[in-house]
Amino acid sequence: MSELQDGPEQHERHHHIVSPKIYLIILLSLLVGTALTVWASFIDLGPFNPIIALAIACTKAVLVVLFFMHVKYSSKLTKLTVGAGFFTFLVLIGMTLADYFTRAWGRW
Amino acid sequence: MSDSTAIAHGAAEAHHEHPPYQRHHFETYAQQNDATNFAMWLFLLTEIMFFGGLFTAYLIFRNWYYPAFVAASHQLDIFWGSLNTLLLITSSFTMAMGVWCAELRKKSGLVLCLILTFILGLGFLGVKTIEYREKWEKHHIPGLHYSVQSFVNPASDPEVHDKYPKDQPLAMDMARHTELYFFLYFAMTGMHALHMIIGIAILAFMIARAQAGAYTTGHVTFVENFGLYWHFVDIVWIFLFPLLYLISRH
Repeated sequence: MSELQDGPEQHERHHHIVSPKIYLIILLSLLVGTALTVWASFIDLGPFNPIIALAIACTKAVLVVLFFMHVKYSSKLTKLTVGAGFFTFLVLIGMTLADYFTRAWGRW
Repeated sequence: MSDSTAIAHGAAEAHHEHPPYQRHHFETYAQQNDATNFAMWLFLLTEIMFFGGLFTAYLIFRNWYYPAFVAASHQLDIFWGSLNTLLLITSSFTMAMGVWCAELRKKSGLVLCLILTFILGLGFLGVKTIEYREKWEKHHIPGLHYSVQSFVNPASDPEVHDKYPKDQPLAMDMARHTELYFFLYFAMTGMHALHMIIGIAILAFMIARAQAGAYTTGHVTFVENFGLYWHFVDIVWIFLFPLLYLISRH
């Protein structure tokens, strides 16, 4: 019986509840990031336009993953899974793009 | 409490040892929740690989047919793209607040958050419909009487030409590759929209269940994992928006 009674509390001990204040800060950061990326797209920065756009997008995605998706407060298993997943993803994309982007090098 | 102890105490008592939503094969509710979250993340990683393939195709072809991709992306309206980003980010926030309400067992707050998320999601699809209709009217849907008119003769498309007066006419062999841009545009935003439609359908189901008090008993796993899905769809859009709308302005 005692286990039933401390069930929910036990759950809360393991399970970090993120406060609305943090969610609000993240929302505002994401909106600022969106405004920044739109503003930056109006300035001609040559090859840096896509780099800045992707850097802002990655920052926004990291904020969503860490706070909205609770990874910052999750178990090590979840952190490792997410980290390994994104790493594998970057390796796959990186290797493929490195191949295609360099095929014509030295041909002209 | 392990199963063996439960058996020793008799079957009747076994059901008193944990909350009713905890499955018997888990030691604690926390373990059950962690296992389910882990599984949800594995599913989301397969989704990341799936969308990643589309993103990679887009980047490769953009690199190959750069002038066509730049000209074609000028057909997209940054205003609609920004508005949709705003709607989706806000819906992610209301969803996160919904999870918070479920954790604190605030039923009316949860229902409100889910309804707001639902409405913002529909708003996103509404904007997408406006954009898709414009592509339909301009014959920019690949495979359906696709027209390169806007690209071989930019002046014939005054609305876009006024915004991008420096756009030069493309030669026919380059102009026809704009169809590839729109193919990828529809494949990526269409797949994203399909995920939104599935999410909105699940939201409708969840609103009904939440009103019946289903998620405010301490069993938050479903709301939490749906939240993960919804935020994932948001992340895909966070990358689609700059890649499709923003990076080819100059």
